[in-house]
Amino acid sequence: MESIKLHYDISPTDFTRAGAASGDVKKTLKALGVAPATIRNVAVAMYEGEINMVIHAGGGEIDVEITGDAIKMILADHGPGIENVELAMKEGYSTAPDNIRSLGFGAGMGLPNIKKYSDEFQLDTAVGVGTTLYLTVYMK
Amino acid sequence: MTVKELKDTLSLTVLTEGDLDKEITGCYCGDLLSWVMSRAVEGDCWLTVMGNVNAVAVAVLTDCACIVLVEEAALDADAKSRAVQQGVTILTTEKTTYDLAVAISELMK
Repeated sequence: MESIKLHYDISPTDFTRAGAASGDVKKTLKALGVAPATIRNVAVAMYEGEINMVIHAGGGEIDVEITGDAIKMILADHGPGIENVELAMKEGYSTAPDNIRSLGFGAGMGLPNIKKYSDEFQLDTAVGVGTTLYLTVYMK
Repeated sequence: MTVKELKDTLSLTVLTEGDLDKEITGCYCGDLLSWVMSRAVEGDCWLTVMGNVNAVAVAVLTDCACIVLVEEAALDADAKSRAVQQGVTILTTEKTTYDLAVAISELMK
């Protein structure tokens, strides 16, 4: 299969559109006949990434490459970066403000969920520069 | 049991109508979206108080059968139009999460 490349700009403030990119990727994978378990892993990982970008980083960009055996995602932002990666990776730890919590987020599940649903997970971050996630989900 | 059968049996009110013939195969209760997203599964009837667009996105991503807003929790206008656009069924009830979950459990026996 020839690889398919998709690119999304994630809007910095528009909470209501968050989920549009992961929804679109989900639709594409469905149309390609990818296994539901694989689609779910990609959708959850990517949606959490989108939400993180909106909450913490003022938006960002997502690049997705679908090949015959995997879905690779690069989620890059130019936000504040993550000061303590170990804490951020801990379930239940969150720096999200109260208004975000009232929307049902800020449970401290974002990064742990992304890691849980990815087969390969790499996080590059620098304070004041931004954060990039490299994720791979293998086709089941 | 289909979404329509659930709605009729428990007198739930339809706020947005998706596929009412969709089969309900389970039930999940929760309001923290990340938590729900990683645990609810396809075919679940999802009981929550979260009536915002992000809840609709979670319903789409998890392929749950429907959302039921318990205790008549409010549905945002944005969420309503998104649900219509995405074909997500949203129902509402005055019942609490506990009471509704118990009733659904009885129906699924």
